[in-house]
Amino acid sequence: MTKIAADLDRCVGSGQCVLTNPDAFDQSDEDGTVVLLQDTPADDEALKRARIAVEICPSRALSLTE
Amino acid sequence: MTAPALQTTRRCPYAPPDEHTRIRDTESGISQVTLPSGQVAWALSRLEHIRAMLTDPRFSSDRQHPNFPRFTREQPAFDLMRPSIIQLDPPEHGPARKAVVGEFTVRRMAGLRPRIQQIVNEHIDAMLAGPRPADLVRALSLPVPSLVICEQLGVPYRDHDFFQSHSSALLSRVVTAEGRRQAVTELRDYLKELIAEKAADPADDLLGRQLAQGNDPEDVLSLAFLLLIAGHETTANMISLGVVTMLERPDELAALREDPARTLPAIEELLRVYTIAEFANSRVAVEDVEIGGVTIRAGEPVLALSNAANHDPSAFDEAEEIKLDRGARNHVAFGFGIHQCLGQNLARMELQIVFDTLFRRIPTLRLATPADTLPYKNDALIYGIHEVPVTWEDPA
Ligand code: HEM
Ligand code: SF4
Repeated sequence: MTKIAADLDRCVGSGQCVLTNPDAFDQSDEDGTVVLLQDTPADDEALKRARIAVEICPSRALSLTE
Repeated sequence: MTAPALQTTRRCPYAPPDEHTRIRDTESGISQVTLPSGQVAWALSRLEHIRAMLTDPRFSSDRQHPNFPRFTREQPAFDLMRPSIIQLDPPEHGPARKAVVGEFTVRRMAGLRPRIQQIVNEHIDAMLAGPRPADLVRALSLPVPSLVICEQLGVPYRDHDFFQSHSSALLSRVVTAEGRRQAVTELRDYLKELIAEKAADPADDLLGRQLAQGNDPEDVLSLAFLLLIAGHETTANMISLGVVTMLERPDELAALREDPARTLPAIEELLRVYTIAEFANSRVAVEDVEIGGVTIRAGEPVLALSNAANHDPSAFDEAEEIKLDRGARNHVAFGFGIHQCLGQNLARMELQIVFDTLFRRIPTLRLATPADTLPYKNDALIYGIHEVPVTWEDPA
């Protein structure tokens, strides 16, 4: 099962992941860092979007693991 | 052999200068250029290389470093304020950014939508009530982002004109070093006083909240200054460039008007093709680093030719074409790495509201002079257009 992981120390709160899929990612009001709403992509579309988020996250804070 | 001087005149309003494309097409994609400061810098031109540099801690954002790439002979006036986040490296950068980025999340920006919409409506009303042709830059592009950031920070409306004239003096390239220093000093003194007032009488605005969180007023001052400068002319230039581009493409504009879901992808494409803050992604190496087979030595300046990278054919299909529905978001128009634009979601929101509202409310909007005669800013650090005369028909 593919899982999404986020490294909050690396995250710089750009919001790029939220733009990619607001159902899967949100940001904390405190320090803008990512909040994972789903830790496994719900379907193929969510997986596709998760891959895009990993690719464009500017701080390399996101990863996918099998 | 001396390195050739950096060229900045674009081949067309969005295509990079031929020299940048030529560097990108060499085997390494990396070459040396001489900056207007006299510094010899490495120029990176491929998307892959620029993304690698911007995520590598061996490159520094310390703009006070004597070898940081500069575009003027004089050193900027660094003694006037503490360094702001755009100049900080890890480990200082992270905590300083996290102290403010919660103010700019996607959700927070969505909450600003009604107020931004109101500001845009009022400026369009005023333009419609005024003479034709109107200058879009003065009527809409400049005042909207400027008012939005002033309100967000808590700069009183009565001081808006003072702020606008000072910030345009700062970004102008014709202003002298002393003129710039004076403008920075006056703006700093103004903000200092404003912050002191807010410290004495807490306000529920961005500056007030920064103080309430216990941040040092000197750091809040540097942050306020950065936010006022970084968020104003950039967004303004993208408004002007975007409106001109869409007016020149009536079919795509019609499709956009039909379906507002097309606006956000169109904004990403406009950001990519124009890459208005292209040299903002520059750095200085603090250790030896190899990129693309070239060794960059510790202490050497590195310039990112970000517009060439955003037109890199190995990263984008038909990279030279404007395709408003392309949907590519892997560009570096907002930078990449830990300094990627803090205000990007505010900028996107402002652009979206302006484009949607303007084209809906003035369907007959058109340029009053041909697009190819517009005064493009080939000599400015931030690319854009100085003036955009527009006109429209009376409503039937
Ligand atoms: C379309 C408009 C804009 C463009 C093209 C743009 C572009 C950029 C770029 C390229 C950087 C990276 C600089 C670097 O790596 O050294 C950056 C950083 C930054 N931008 Fe923007 N920007 C825009 C709008 C805004 C707005 C609206 C704000 C604030 C209200 C803002 C605030 C900042 C700040 C504070 C940074 C520094 C972030 C850091 O160092 O962590 N920008 N911007
Ligand atoms: S894209 Fe990356 S840096 Fe930006 S909020 Fe998401 S995890 Fe954080």
